[in-house]
Amino acid sequence: MAGAAVKHDYHLVNPSPWPILGAAGIFLLMLGMATYMKGMFGVPSGQWWVMLPGAVWLTWVLIGWWGDVLRESKGGDHTGVVQISLRYGMVLFIASEVMFFVAWFWGFFEMAIFHEVRADPSQTDLANLDLEALQGWSSWPVLQVDGERVKTFDPFHLPLINTLILLLSGTTVTWAHHALQVGDRKSAKLGLLLTVVLGLCFTALQVVEYAEAGFSYDGSLYGSAFFMATGFHGAHVIIGTIFLFVCLMRLMAGGMQPQKHLGFEFAAWYWHFVDVVWLFLFAFVYVVPHLVWPGGAGAH
Amino acid sequence: MSSDSATAAHGGHHDDHSPSLYSLSRWLFSTNHKDIGTLYLVFALFAGLIGFAFSGLMRAELFETGFQVFEDGQQYNVITTMHGLIMIFFMVMPALIGGFGNWFVPLMIGAPDMAMPRMNNISFWLLPASFALLMLSMFVPAQATGDATGFGGGWVLYPPLSGTVGHGGVAMDLVIFSLHVAGISSILGAINFIVTILNMRAPGMTLHKMPLFAWSVLITAFLLVLALPVLAGALTMLLTDRNFGSKFFVPAGGGDPIMFQHLFWFFGHPEVYIMILPGFGIISQIVSTFSRKPVFGYLAMAYAMVAIGFIGFIVWAHHMYTVGMGVELKAYFVAATMVIAVPTGVKIFSWIATMWGGSIDFTVPMLWAIGFIFLFTVGGVTGVVLANAGVDYSLHDTYYVVAHFHYVLSLGAVFTLFAGWYYWYEKMFGVKYNGMIAGAHFWLTFIGSNVIFFPQHFLGLQGMPRRYVDYTPAFEYWHQWSTYGYYIVAVGTGIFLIGIIESMVRHRKAEANPWGEGATTLEWTLSSPPPFHQYNDLPRIR
Repeated sequence: MAGAAVKHDYHLVNPSPWPILGAAGIFLLMLGMATYMKGMFGVPSGQWWVMLPGAVWLTWVLIGWWGDVLRESKGGDHTGVVQISLRYGMVLFIASEVMFFVAWFWGFFEMAIFHEVRADPSQTDLANLDLEALQGWSSWPVLQVDGERVKTFDPFHLPLINTLILLLSGTTVTWAHHALQVGDRKSAKLGLLLTVVLGLCFTALQVVEYAEAGFSYDGSLYGSAFFMATGFHGAHVIIGTIFLFVCLMRLMAGGMQPQKHLGFEFAAWYWHFVDVVWLFLFAFVYVVPHLVWPGGAGAH
Repeated sequence: MSSDSATAAHGGHHDDHSPSLYSLSRWLFSTNHKDIGTLYLVFALFAGLIGFAFSGLMRAELFETGFQVFEDGQQYNVITTMHGLIMIFFMVMPALIGGFGNWFVPLMIGAPDMAMPRMNNISFWLLPASFALLMLSMFVPAQATGDATGFGGGWVLYPPLSGTVGHGGVAMDLVIFSLHVAGISSILGAINFIVTILNMRAPGMTLHKMPLFAWSVLITAFLLVLALPVLAGALTMLLTDRNFGSKFFVPAGGGDPIMFQHLFWFFGHPEVYIMILPGFGIISQIVSTFSRKPVFGYLAMAYAMVAIGFIGFIVWAHHMYTVGMGVELKAYFVAATMVIAVPTGVKIFSWIATMWGGSIDFTVPMLWAIGFIFLFTVGGVTGVVLANAGVDYSLHDTYYVVAHFHYVLSLGAVFTLFAGWYYWYEKMFGVKYNGMIAGAHFWLTFIGSNVIFFPQHFLGLQGMPRRYVDYTPAFEYWHQWSTYGYYIVAVGTGIFLIGIIESMVRHRKAEANPWGEGATTLEWTLSSPPPFHQYNDLPRIR
């Protein structure tokens, strides 16, 4: 694959227009988002189409870039050592995603556990907090700004079903993976298709759940944290579903070898990551507030 | 090792010929770590000169009481904020990590390039995009109404100043997006460095044989991957609070602005180590080279950086002692902060021990390195002073803090940057610089920056608060010294630029290894400049 004098297996990538075009796309998208939010250059705020040029441009770049990656893979550039690099890269990318969710859980936990330290007038002497008097989670979520009480979800209805759906999709993707490894492409396709369908079911049920929420996004920190954390999770579910769908398409088109299918593995890793984030969300954003807050249980 | 002609003779499926220096596509579409490193350095130089000009406006304004340069406080605050953001995100980080990291990590570990060359290029090109958003923010409305422009809430972006009440206009939104883009750039770059260092070391180069500069970049990259996403989360909360009514930092809805400070500094403290650790690596290489001795306590030096990186994640609230946290919490953060002095001390003493008994060559990079060790120690001990919550109550947000962090950054990180510049200049550009000019640059910068920042300790102890456009006449004396110092550094910076031009015009051909037997790392085995693709035959380390 490499020239006569090159005695290593690393992949020296050819010059590519995608990076600079991608940076330009992100620049356009950011400019569009700022214009949408506040209005700029004579365009009033709230015009959603201003985000389109950047989004379309960026989508084009991603398709072109990843298309090149696939062509290079088929051309034999992804040697053993290059595959290890790609694996490390994906692991680190997921690690950075985990830290992104840490920020949202941080916001949630800090206010869930310590909200009284901020809100209780009797706790002004911060040097000598009366820890006994603090109720922590049991007095949270607080009231909304409109005076309504936050009604948390009953986690053992729709959220539990969604948890089961996501866990089941974790097993179907593993089924598909094992089938692919032993060359049973028919089962691999079926398993992957099931995973994609389960992912879509999860997203659909999340939409139903959002419509039934007993609190609002801008009503309190609970609402903001709930919708942003589950919303970012939902965005990751959608991205993961697309990722798995692309793998399914490649599988249908005859791609993916039993011994070499990094795209599939990365999609599966990503899917498991999304799954684990959901388990944390389910436990701490749904179940705990429901169980410990007296106004939560049965208020639904 | 392969020379230019040897490489050019072999064809690969990729182009082994060095493309013309004047080819536009070579620079725009680059997948070559050395070219991308050069792009980073040029960008950092450009952004650094803008940031430096901004500090000139500030020093001219503060030369005497009353208004000199600016019409109002907002303008001054915008320039202060931009100076901080530019110097951190667009000068120090691109130069040390993007510039020297890209150039020398692959060369030092014996790798032909970075692991993901295309991703390397987008890491770079996101920076001009991010910088453009930041610059644009200075010219768009600060508030929903009124003529004020730009964001003037300080580089730490605390709400409510960065919220709708403080800065309700589009300027702050652009600052948020700018930092989002810079963050993506740094995360991608960091992933690339970790993968390259873990997977592409030459045969025989175990982690415990790897040069300390590569170690420093490895640790820095881990800090970036773990810290930046938290900033991204905090910035997103700020963005939704500003635009979609979420209540993260709004007390009326159960949120709290202090929470932003926690999130910000959980990123912000690792960030200061992100800026200094690559410099530590550079200083280790230089001190060892010009003392003609292996670095003293190599493994301790490597793991001291690991320790600094780890502790960097658990000391963040020492930036916010005055927000009203409990005494126990403050006691913890004081103790944890002081612990940092231990691994840092290991480094300082090991550099001195490396020089001890060495045959020291006082070249220009060595001058910068010794200047760094001295001045960083000054900044380090004022850091120990500020680590005490009780002392910090009176010094918080005064010029003492400004003096402290400029001693560790402008006289610390920037000195390492110039040390690396003069250490590797001939290797990178293939021409020799004029030692007299480079020496003049060092001495003017060394003297000037001390004249700027040493008096600021006195100003802080006298009670001069930071981020103020005006002050009582009592502070004028030391402010004037500080401004004189700026002019000295400005002359030094002019000489620095003249030095670059002189070396390019005279074009004295550089040797492969100008530093002699002390320079033992792999980059000195290559020609200057190195071939377009090096190590087609990987070096073997015994």
